[in-house]
Amino acid sequence: MKSISVMLVDDEKEFVDTLAERLELRGIGVRVANDGETALPMIDDDPPDLVFLDMMMPGIGGLETLKRIKERHPAVQVILLTGRGSDQDGMDGMNMGAADYIMKPIEIDQLMEKLEKFNK
Amino acid sequence: MMTRAKSWLYTTIRHFLSIHKISDVSSRYIILRRNITLIMLFVTIVPLTVMGAINHFQYRESLKNEVIEPLRVLLNKTRHSFHLFLEERLSMIRFISSAYTFEQLSDPATLNRLYRVLKNEFAGFVDIGLINGKGLQVGYAGPYSLENKDYSQQAWFQEVLIRDSFISEVFMGYRKFPHIAIAVQRVEHDGTYWMLRATIDTNKFDEIISTMEIDAKSDAFIVNREGIFQTHSRYYGDVLEKSPFDILQGAYETTIDETIDPLGREVIVAYASFDKPSFSLVVVKPRDIILRTWITLQGEMFFIFFASVFVIIVIVIKLSDVMVMNIKEAEERRENAIHELEQNQKLSAIGRLAAGVAHEINNPLAIINEKAGLMKDLVTYSPDFEKKQRFLDLLTSIINSVGRCKTITHRLLGFARHKEPRLEPLDINHLVQEVVGFVNKEMVYRNIDLRTEFAEDLPRVLADQGQVQQVFLNILSNALAAVHDNGRVSITSWEEDKLSVGVSIQDNGSGMTEKTIQRIFDPFFTTKKAGGTGLGLFITYGIVKKLGGDIKVHSRENEGSTFTIYLPKVNGETDKEKAE
Repeated sequence: MKSISVMLVDDEKEFVDTLAERLELRGIGVRVANDGETALPMIDDDPPDLVFLDMMMPGIGGLETLKRIKERHPAVQVILLTGRGSDQDGMDGMNMGAADYIMKPIEIDQLMEKLEKFNK
Repeated sequence: MMTRAKSWLYTTIRHFLSIHKISDVSSRYIILRRNITLIMLFVTIVPLTVMGAINHFQYRESLKNEVIEPLRVLLNKTRHSFHLFLEERLSMIRFISSAYTFEQLSDPATLNRLYRVLKNEFAGFVDIGLINGKGLQVGYAGPYSLENKDYSQQAWFQEVLIRDSFISEVFMGYRKFPHIAIAVQRVEHDGTYWMLRATIDTNKFDEIISTMEIDAKSDAFIVNREGIFQTHSRYYGDVLEKSPFDILQGAYETTIDETIDPLGREVIVAYASFDKPSFSLVVVKPRDIILRTWITLQGEMFFIFFASVFVIIVIVIKLSDVMVMNIKEAEERRENAIHELEQNQKLSAIGRLAAGVAHEINNPLAIINEKAGLMKDLVTYSPDFEKKQRFLDLLTSIINSVGRCKTITHRLLGFARHKEPRLEPLDINHLVQEVVGFVNKEMVYRNIDLRTEFAEDLPRVLADQGQVQQVFLNILSNALAAVHDNGRVSITSWEEDKLSVGVSIQDNGSGMTEKTIQRIFDPFFTTKKAGGTGLGLFITYGIVKKLGGDIKVHSRENEGSTFTIYLPKVNGETDKEKAE
């Protein structure tokens, strides 16, 4: 598998750190940010291939962050993480340029599947 | 005193009309209907009655005047006729006394000739006599032999001496039939005087009265100053008898009295007087004859009045019924609407609460999921981990449990969102089996005997999969709650008719009372001791109805319950028909 750089953006630190560790165990380079404001400069410095972005975050929030990422780095793929259990939220995000969405709690296999899909 | 009475009346009316807080709703409407009826009757019947009464008296008054006026005219006319009759005869006698000397009239041949002329030309003359100053009748022409009769002591003789002329009242005199006498005095140049006297029979009076054309029940007659009949009366006595009526003499104007006659009739007495002689012409008419038109009209008016009142009462009662019924319906509709709104609000509040809770739980769930996942990863990637398989099993179990929680939170979130149902053809048998899978563990654990009897080739139904699953899961969960351990639950499916498919879920559990059955689809109604939400069957009912289906319950206490759900087929066709 070709090396892929991933960024996780979620305000739930426990969740995002653990998930990062799991991905690293699977040989994926991961960077973590806990809100949109922190994530954006990191993306500007070194744009990742894929961003997992939580929709509900303090500050500018998921959708706004998505908008700004897509404005500055159209090539960066964004997969939304939604905790509200609704397809509608995911669809809204996809209309704004997200590549896909996953509902929390996530299944690691599902996530890996999508990762591989984008790595092709 | 007045104020107290007023306040009492006010309180009484208010008490009567007011709608007190009556727990029984139907009696509130009865009072409302009564009040509307009374008010409407009051505002319709009172003006009608007042109008009727005014009309009654007004018309009676004007009719009376209308009837009395002709009577007045008739009286005047007839009085005039009498006056003329008497005056004519008096003038004739006066003329004779002037035209002829005493000596000429003393000649029986002359007197007889004059008598014949008078009798022929002027009706009523009975005889004529010449009386000298001493009151002795010196000449006489007529059917009797009254020569030399002495009148000097009679009242009329004295009166003639004073007044020159005289008309007597009716008397019988020597002749034994009613007549009147008229006399004039002649004074010669030498101071001697003599009189000419004639008698006139009163048949002529009766004739004049008969020209009045008085009807059979009425009467007309002449009375003198003392109220003595001068003519024959049809009902009240004969000539020279006393009249029963009080007649005021000297009333030249027509006078009208109302009284009761000796026969007991209510009568109107109209009379007019004339002097020389002092007579009164009297007409007596029973009132009912005069007011016959009025009485007839009064009868008609009364009929119309009572008929109108009857019609008004019927209409008012019907109208009040309709009005109150409408009010009642409107209030019921309003109450239902408010009730529905309240339920919707409660439901939406609960929905929001559920969504909030679900969302909050989702985050820790995600953490548990990741932590367990990481542990699993670590165990998986370390080759020499003691009890590796045991740990992997435990972690998988945690992750699976999280998955179940996720299903629940997502369902809650979905419920709160009011997602529009997505209708698709569903295999009900398969779907029910899936739902049974959710509760299979519980059934096995409690040793519940599940019997399924699915119809083969069952047509597909058109419904939303998630919703139908929810429906069957609710009912099945209730069945499991109702049955005791080792109990029995039967699920049967069949093709009900051309349009629908039926599924029944029957248990032999505790069953329900009639009262409970009536309320099971109400929101927040629950019999579960642990405290159910009371929303399960409410939501179930809503879903089934929205899908165009129906749900029926049959239950007996301590025997069990059967829930039957009917769902619409795809286009109301069977799959077989579709294949063809």
